[in-house]
Amino acid sequence: MTTVPAAASARRPSSSALRRFLRAPSAWIGLGLMTLLVIGAVFAPQIAPQNPFDLAAIDVLDARMTPGSVSSGGDITYLLGTDGQGRDLFSAILYGLRTSLTVGVGSAVLAGIIGILGGLIDALIMRLVDLLMSLPSILIALLMLALLGKGIGNVVLTLVLLEWAYYARTARAQALVERKRDYFEAARGLGLPTSRILLRHVLPNCLPPLLVIAALQVARAITLEATLSFLGLGAPVTQPSLGLLIANGFQFMLSGEYWISFFPGLTLLTAIVAINLVGDRLREVLDPRALK
Amino acid sequence: MLGWLLQRVAQALLVIFAMSLVVFLGLHAVGNPADLLLAPDATQIDRAELVARLGLDRPLWEQYLNFVGSALRGDLGRSFVYNVPAVTLILQRLPATLELAFAAMIFAVIIGVPLGLYAGLYPERLLSKLIQTGSILGFSLPTFWVGLLLIMTFSVSLGWLPASGRGETVRVFGVEWSFLTLNGWRHLLLPAINLSLFKVSLVIRLTRAGVREVLPLDYVRFARAKGLRRGRIVVMHILRNIMIPLVTVLGLELGSTIAFAVVTESIFAWPGSGKLILDSINALDRPVVMAYLLVVVTLFVIINLVVDILYRFLDPRVREEAST
Repeated sequence: MTTVPAAASARRPSSSALRRFLRAPSAWIGLGLMTLLVIGAVFAPQIAPQNPFDLAAIDVLDARMTPGSVSSGGDITYLLGTDGQGRDLFSAILYGLRTSLTVGVGSAVLAGIIGILGGLIDALIMRLVDLLMSLPSILIALLMLALLGKGIGNVVLTLVLLEWAYYARTARAQALVERKRDYFEAARGLGLPTSRILLRHVLPNCLPPLLVIAALQVARAITLEATLSFLGLGAPVTQPSLGLLIANGFQFMLSGEYWISFFPGLTLLTAIVAINLVGDRLREVLDPRALK
Repeated sequence: MLGWLLQRVAQALLVIFAMSLVVFLGLHAVGNPADLLLAPDATQIDRAELVARLGLDRPLWEQYLNFVGSALRGDLGRSFVYNVPAVTLILQRLPATLELAFAAMIFAVIIGVPLGLYAGLYPERLLSKLIQTGSILGFSLPTFWVGLLLIMTFSVSLGWLPASGRGETVRVFGVEWSFLTLNGWRHLLLPAINLSLFKVSLVIRLTRAGVREVLPLDYVRFARAKGLRRGRIVVMHILRNIMIPLVTVLGLELGSTIAFAVVTESIFAWPGSGKLILDSINALDRPVVMAYLLVVVTLFVIINLVVDILYRFLDPRVREEAST
């Protein structure tokens, strides 16, 4: 099932895929937003005017100030206002983004490793996949966190448990296709060990659809983590993710102080949309069915 | 058909069995229940007595069988916080959640079907493209943040609708219902819309895809050639044929809507079972948490089973496939 464009670009598949990927404006927007957010998260300590978790740097007198006001010390302008404890929201969002992105990417990578290996090995694992995918994710998350307790480590564990099934299913489907290819027979004929065939020959050929899954799973993980943190089951108060920032601002919203919840939410939304744009474009480029 | 039915029922039972095993291990393996029940100054003798009374000195499989036995009688332990049977507590709160979930499903159909129909019939129009984009947003927006925006707009800024609680309720068959009073509806509206957001997107996509699929088929073209009015073709020929898959998917979604009500109930302080489980997780009220999970999973499995069977009976194509 080799399509014409795929054959034409067989020599340097990666660079031409990249070029095709960048042809759509949505890809540019998504990538641009994503880069911006990643830079903000990685360099949060350098960019943020204040360390929001350093109690000495926070002034309670500055609590719940509107966006654009200047701190009582006169040294910081609160671009997005402050929250109930007088934290600069812009700084808190950057640090929160760090937590959210780390959890999202971390769990997606871990789930990917487990899922891909499981999917390639197959057998009984697929029944477990069916079971996991048939139950609502929030139920499994509640069960896990009720058993394990709250905390960011347990949230990551829960997310991994929820996500690996998607990789496993895709990896398995792809591996079943690859198994019928000539190179697989050739590798078998050479008497290579199974683990080597799987990891060095089959896996690289399975990667494109798995990349798409990975992108979408990062977005899913970030959303779910935010939801769990919002419900008070995720990130601890000392290390708030975007979800907890939104939750913290919730009580003030009823009195009209919208910014404490609104801006972290907007950041979360931007991150999710950016990742989805990139993921969708990846799918269009990498999915052989979409090429036709 | 019978073989399929038995297989499907066995599969449902297997899921419930797996869940009960996890719940049991969660209750007994993670932390000793005796430690939670005993006063801090209890003696070693008190402890041994309690362990014997709870049957904790028996082998694990025997404990599990006991657990299943009492679970089948509807006994899943007493709440540490409220000191009433956990199942009673859940069943008291469940109607509020069901009311919310059903309202959300109805909204999903009322809003989603017309929009999806329009987008499917006139795919080139600007409004259709907006509907499409909107449905993508509906999938990716975090529910809880949309809930906050709804409160911000309609409760805080405009002051039109209340932000929390159930409002006035009417007692029917011993259960309180909000949807029977105007005040109750005002309370129900925002949470139901919030919960329905994801389903609306789903219904739009399904309806649109269904219309696109049915539109070029012969019987639709024939109806058009006969000179039937457009409205009649849409309702009698197109809509009728996409209804079965639509209803099936919605039925399957009902279970997850009940589960995801946790988030909405927490935002709008809706006193349903989802709010209860969050409070119980925070209060370490383990019997209630476990009872909730077991009840909701069972409900979920039963709903899916019923929908699956109904689908087989409703769609002649699937029915024939199954009998051959």
